[in-house]
Amino acid sequence: MPHYWIYNSDPEIKRSMLSELGINDTMELFKDVPENLILKKPLHVGFGRYLSEYEILRFLKMQREKILHPKIPPFTGIEMCIHFVPAVVKELMLRNEFYTAYTPYQPEINQGILQALFEYQSVMAELYGVEVVNASMYDGSTALAEAIRMAIRATRRRKIVIARSVSPIKRRVVETWTYGIGVSLHYIGWDENDGSVNMEELSGKLDADTAAVVVEVPNVFGVVEHRLYELAQEVHRIGGLLIVFANPLALGVIKPPGELGADIVVGEGQPLGLGLYYGGSTLGILGVRRDMNLIRQMPGKLVGMTRSYLGERGFALVLQTREQHIRRERATSNITTNSALNAIAALIYVTWLGGDGIRKLSLSIAARTEYLREKIRSVDRLQAPLFTDALYFMKIPIKFLNKDCETVSKELRRRGILCCSDLGRYDSELRNIATICVTEVHSKEDIDTLVDALKQVVM
Amino acid sequence: MEWRQAKWDEKLIFEYPSLKQSHIVIPFDEEFAHYKEKFLDKVMKRGIMRLNVDIPNLSEPIVVRHFVRLSQQSYGVDVGPVPLGSCTMKYNPKVCNEALRVLDIEEVHPEELDEYVQGLLEILYLLERWLAEITGMDKCSFQPPAGAAGEFAGALMIKKFHEDRGEHRDEMLIPDSAHGSNPASAAMAGFKIIKIPTSQYGTLDLEALKSVVSERTAGLMLTNPNTLGVFEDKILEIADIVHSAGGLLYYDGANLNGIIGIARPGDMGFDIVHLNLHKTFGAPHGGGGPGGGVVCAKGALVEYLPRPLIAFDGTKYYWDYECRRCIGIIRAYYGNIPALIRAFVYIAMLGPEGLREVAEVSVLNTNYFIKKLSKHQSVVGLTHDTFRPRKHETVLSASQLKKDTGVSAEDVSKRMLDYGIHAPMMYFPLIVDEALMIEFTECEPKFEIDRYVEVLSKTVTEAYRDSNKLKCAPMNTAISRLDLVRANHPKKLILSWKFKNEIKELQNELKHS
Repeated sequence: MPHYWIYNSDPEIKRSMLSELGINDTMELFKDVPENLILKKPLHVGFGRYLSEYEILRFLKMQREKILHPKIPPFTGIEMCIHFVPAVVKELMLRNEFYTAYTPYQPEINQGILQALFEYQSVMAELYGVEVVNASMYDGSTALAEAIRMAIRATRRRKIVIARSVSPIKRRVVETWTYGIGVSLHYIGWDENDGSVNMEELSGKLDADTAAVVVEVPNVFGVVEHRLYELAQEVHRIGGLLIVFANPLALGVIKPPGELGADIVVGEGQPLGLGLYYGGSTLGILGVRRDMNLIRQMPGKLVGMTRSYLGERGFALVLQTREQHIRRERATSNITTNSALNAIAALIYVTWLGGDGIRKLSLSIAARTEYLREKIRSVDRLQAPLFTDALYFMKIPIKFLNKDCETVSKELRRRGILCCSDLGRYDSELRNIATICVTEVHSKEDIDTLVDALKQVVM
Repeated sequence: MEWRQAKWDEKLIFEYPSLKQSHIVIPFDEEFAHYKEKFLDKVMKRGIMRLNVDIPNLSEPIVVRHFVRLSQQSYGVDVGPVPLGSCTMKYNPKVCNEALRVLDIEEVHPEELDEYVQGLLEILYLLERWLAEITGMDKCSFQPPAGAAGEFAGALMIKKFHEDRGEHRDEMLIPDSAHGSNPASAAMAGFKIIKIPTSQYGTLDLEALKSVVSERTAGLMLTNPNTLGVFEDKILEIADIVHSAGGLLYYDGANLNGIIGIARPGDMGFDIVHLNLHKTFGAPHGGGGPGGGVVCAKGALVEYLPRPLIAFDGTKYYWDYECRRCIGIIRAYYGNIPALIRAFVYIAMLGPEGLREVAEVSVLNTNYFIKKLSKHQSVVGLTHDTFRPRKHETVLSASQLKKDTGVSAEDVSKRMLDYGIHAPMMYFPLIVDEALMIEFTECEPKFEIDRYVEVLSKTVTEAYRDSNKLKCAPMNTAISRLDLVRANHPKKLILSWKFKNEIKELQNELKHS
């Protein structure tokens, strides 16, 4: 059946091509497929026939009516919070040369993508305070899992110590990715007063087989770990590595993990100009300090600066001998497709903001967090915020004392507010704890509306 | 036939003169002014305040111009043909962009309650049913962010399946023609890789397979059609051999384009299948990603699929998290939603017959190309086995050409760029010497295939006359051939703007060249 996307499906063209081959029917080209495998009737897919562009869009418009948005921007966010995406990013993401391109294995014809990825690596290295960041991973959670596998290879040790304050979704992804390869995961709790890593518990867990310690900044409760420097010293003392998962937007106002001693930095790039899109695709950030042992163990693609034989500056994929298409079962990872286009989106966003813009944005989000922290205290029947002495960024944790978290979020949603997913869904120890996420899209009025609604709901 | 790519001497963003401050306007910023000091006080007390982010502050028009120029120095399917094997670089229908705009899900949060996103869940539910039907599987999970992650999920499913039966099976069988991601994924799940050779017919060597299957065989990972573009015609026997030994069959969906709508992996005996939405189902490749992976399973393997799965209880659509034996979650949340929406639109707009047309025309294109090429007397250096029809792709070898002229597969590829045609996949599969792997997909028109043959034959003729010209190619791209030895040299390696000394050294070198 001819189709508008397929020039050669035209009967006349098809006939001329078949006659070139000396056959009458394309099915003759499938003669080597066993007869009993050939489908005898059409697949039961689509709407039984092909749809026109208008029809499919009309169908989707109907579906859109069944997608109900909250009245004010959502306050939920275990792995991602809502952020503003500027028009510049949206428009440039539709440049056909970018989004329809293949992976730039032929550097001469894809210098633009390569230069953009080199710039991406550079701005991320600057934000995280390291020298090397790869050209992207799928998302934050898988980037963390790969960082852990990398630490195991680099240290040849088998034990990983993870803060329980790392988001439970990421911890579960890590459990999947380290399954059955003889890696043991050990969890450590938090300080009851300030929500940061419990240093005593940590010291007790470190030994000569510890490959790495993993913490998140801000952690799942929104708490900024403020003892990274001491943490790094502790871990390095036993020859292990420090892996820090950090929100890039927090790094406009707080010192970058690389500067405080992290060996591997990881992050979720969605806050940098990517939409929520119901969870993805997003962008995994993964970097290391400048150490050839670590660099050689990195997963994913790396773009390097070099020259052409005629003396022009140019960019190309480098250190590919780490990768699956060359090293196969001995590769550092199986990753092939990554998130290049989202990396370019994040780069455009960061460039649009500028270094000073990132600082301003960071601080503005931090100020909202302070406002919410103060405001939320007026709600009774809540332990809010969960930790009294903590430094919070973007999120405030609350614990429901008289009501079930799930009931509350349903009730709030009925009022047009999306808030307070139960962390207990992913880790039963965190039952009835939720975080409220505030970003640059939330006005004072939005936050006040939420707090008022919460007051009514928990009554 | 002259083609020229844009050539901007475009600076890095770090080389633009930066303003002292950014003039970005942050929404509602002034409402919270009072709270900034409070936060800064606390940060300062803890001694972790950041003072500077060294990224230039520019104006919006400068940013736009910079990236438009970079885009003009890039090349994708919307610019010209990208006929490289195994990656199915087909047209990305524009209606899919419009579909995403119409659905308006950019601000839909993944933690939204199911009942408020019924319109979206219904689409995903339908798509799941369609993909199960296309592959002949019972159920699909959208979790894998890409194909390789689907392979890894599949390998873990196989591992847990055997473990639950108390069997110790630690060997994964993989053909020597397989994509590198297959052995890499299996190794990540802790399997030992047993390589199966390819026979003289370009298919899996059955005798070799029989000799290695044992009580330690966990499974076989197979691509069908394989990377030579040849259909594994003994697939039912292969499945039988592996199943009889207690192993499972994994289908790498990278090459599904060659048989979609004509035959199904499920009917061939495969237990697990992964799909690449950015190959077979029209989602874009994005200069490397994001793509979209789906992993599907049959029978007892369904229980092992990564969760959550999309479900319908007769009145409402919901995510089913129930996981008794499942391998867990592969990534945060549900899947690469935009790629899934694109695949939905793609399938709906082709319908069952259109999907079959995809396979028919992609196979017709391959064989038409082979036939046309074989007629060109000038193409003496490129050998090609023609004993069987190829499916979605074919592999040439420049081995003879290299012996005769010193011109390599890489040189041929670079010269093709000069004509505004993306090079073939080079040096893959590994079992073919000086390999050039070519896949037109269903989208390339007859006249582009004809042109491709002409360019290839011209290039080969040129190789015999003046091989130097090929060694210097490309000349018409944004930059001429890059020095990859220098790029990878451990002492000269430059991986970011922070490699200041190395960059200075490079600049000096360029000044004097």
